[in-house]
Amino acid sequence: MRTVGVTLLGALVLGALLLAATGANPLEAYGAIVTGAFGPDGIQDTLAYAVPVVGMATALAIPLRAGMVNLGGEGQLVLGAISAVAVGLHVPGPFGLVVALVAGTVAGALYAAAAALCEVRLGVPLLVTTLLLSYPAMSLAAYLVRFPMRDAGSSLPQSGQLPPDVRLPAMGSVTVGLFLIVAAVAVYAVVDARTPAGFEARATGWGPRFAQYAGIDRPALTVRLLACSGGLAGLVGAVVVLGFPYRFIDGALITPQYTWIGLLAALLAAASPLGTLVAAVFFAALTSGGFAMERATQVPRELTAVLQAVLIIFLAAATGMLRKKRSPA
Amino acid sequence: MVDAALFSSALGALTPILFAALAGALCQRAGVFNISLEGTMLVGCFAGVAGSWYTGSVWLGVLIATVAGVAYSLVLAVGHVSLGGDAIVLGVAINLLAVGLTSFLIRTVFGTRGTFSDPSLQGLDAVDLPGLKDIPFVGEVLSGHSVLVYLSWLAVVALAVLLYRHPWGLRLRGVGERPDAAASLGVSVTRYRYGVILAGGALCGLAGAQLALGNVTLFSENMTAGRGWIAVVAVMLGRALPYGVLAAAVLFGLAEAFGFRLQGIGLPQQATDAAPYVVTLLALFVSSARIRRRTRERSP
Repeated sequence: MRTVGVTLLGALVLGALLLAATGANPLEAYGAIVTGAFGPDGIQDTLAYAVPVVGMATALAIPLRAGMVNLGGEGQLVLGAISAVAVGLHVPGPFGLVVALVAGTVAGALYAAAAALCEVRLGVPLLVTTLLLSYPAMSLAAYLVRFPMRDAGSSLPQSGQLPPDVRLPAMGSVTVGLFLIVAAVAVYAVVDARTPAGFEARATGWGPRFAQYAGIDRPALTVRLLACSGGLAGLVGAVVVLGFPYRFIDGALITPQYTWIGLLAALLAAASPLGTLVAAVFFAALTSGGFAMERATQVPRELTAVLQAVLIIFLAAATGMLRKKRSPA
Repeated sequence: MVDAALFSSALGALTPILFAALAGALCQRAGVFNISLEGTMLVGCFAGVAGSWYTGSVWLGVLIATVAGVAYSLVLAVGHVSLGGDAIVLGVAINLLAVGLTSFLIRTVFGTRGTFSDPSLQGLDAVDLPGLKDIPFVGEVLSGHSVLVYLSWLAVVALAVLLYRHPWGLRLRGVGERPDAAASLGVSVTRYRYGVILAGGALCGLAGAQLALGNVTLFSENMTAGRGWIAVVAVMLGRALPYGVLAAAVLFGLAEAFGFRLQGIGLPQQATDAAPYVVTLLALFVSSARIRRRTRERSP
């Protein structure tokens, strides 16, 4: 905890130097971030942004707990979204809503499991398979939304709009999807802390060889964890797309960087369930505040991305240092 | 459909990936899993354009891009080698930092968003190789590229010679395969790892220079568009061997160039966008299957 505090301070100092070097006032900028993130208008934006970020952070934390890196989050997110829209446009009523959510989750889960099987059966590292599979998934969605699923009345790369009864009810700037994501985080927390499955994941994270020696079936664990990871990512995609504007717009899930900010949050919290939640909310607030800061002070909003990345770099270096100090070898 | 122009454009397109992949292969040889190629290349792109713009000389721009690549790679060098931070975590963060930083700087330095371009921005000229360019087909393919393209081929050969015929290369491979043994023989693991990371940074800087000043003459936010990641994959596919990495980069360049051709006969752009990744994945399966078969045959 103290390490995080020190590295956060370090990142803020570095950010202040960058601001000063480009002629901006650091205090003014930071102040604008805080009021932008938590002020009366800003808090709605922050919340709306936090829901997918928390979802993706948790989705990526699940395999990260066992030391496995899922770099295909974006592809799984997009596949989940496009599947949900495809189902939602053809299955009517509240039943359609439920099936759409399930379809999104299943699509993401299957795709991630496929990447895991590639590692398990064919020996290609997970890092590579998840990353390589991510791009074709995004291309597929881009294609579907420009041709077969294109919105009849417009020339934009977007799908048709979902009918009114296949939408998640709104609550201000978010939808009831918020509860689904929170539930997923809660399930992860419980499974991680209190079930054998969670223990297997954590044990593998601490020492993969030892865990295997102790009888943990690593291949099966890999597929299971990736399926859960992809499933949650797909669910996030479904939840986003079943909310305003109730259609799949090409690139709308990529541009806000939900996946990468989520990954940074999971890394910051070492994939702990509640830590990831806090870190994800923190990063979401930071990013959302950045938009408001740009509107107020003309400082580019990318500053918040810089701060987040610098924070992770400092933390990785600090953790490495601590690990080195502990083991005199 | 398959003509000299196809191969020529493939050659131009693969140079940034080749430079970055050479960087990754070099690091891999010393036992450093360097996935910050994407970010370092992007920094090289920005530095190259900024350097060329402010000095009016494209060659100073290339130099500045190279230096910037080296400087940026210090983050990984210090964070991973000196301080023991996890290379993957650092790599991901370094990539994201590069995107944020260059987007921040394009606003504050050039006062614009998205893309910075200007007619007076000096780019790399195409070079015609005398004599070679008159050979039918081969000449069309090999001539008319920027100097950096030819430099990348020299780099492949230089790296191959260095790794396998020079004492440095031997010690470097020792550091990668058995760091403890190397250290016991008096080889400084730290110094060799610093060396490859910084050299890799220079190569990524050159990759960025070729991307931003060679193929086009502009800086666009996030213009590396995943090429650094493809370079990481090329390193794996090419088993971190200089010629292997070259072959992998050529495969990717051809897949991309061929994809553009397929667009001409009606295949949607998205299929050709996805083709390089699918092709690489299939190639990895095949090569993986072969390795596993060989390992199975070897163990009784």
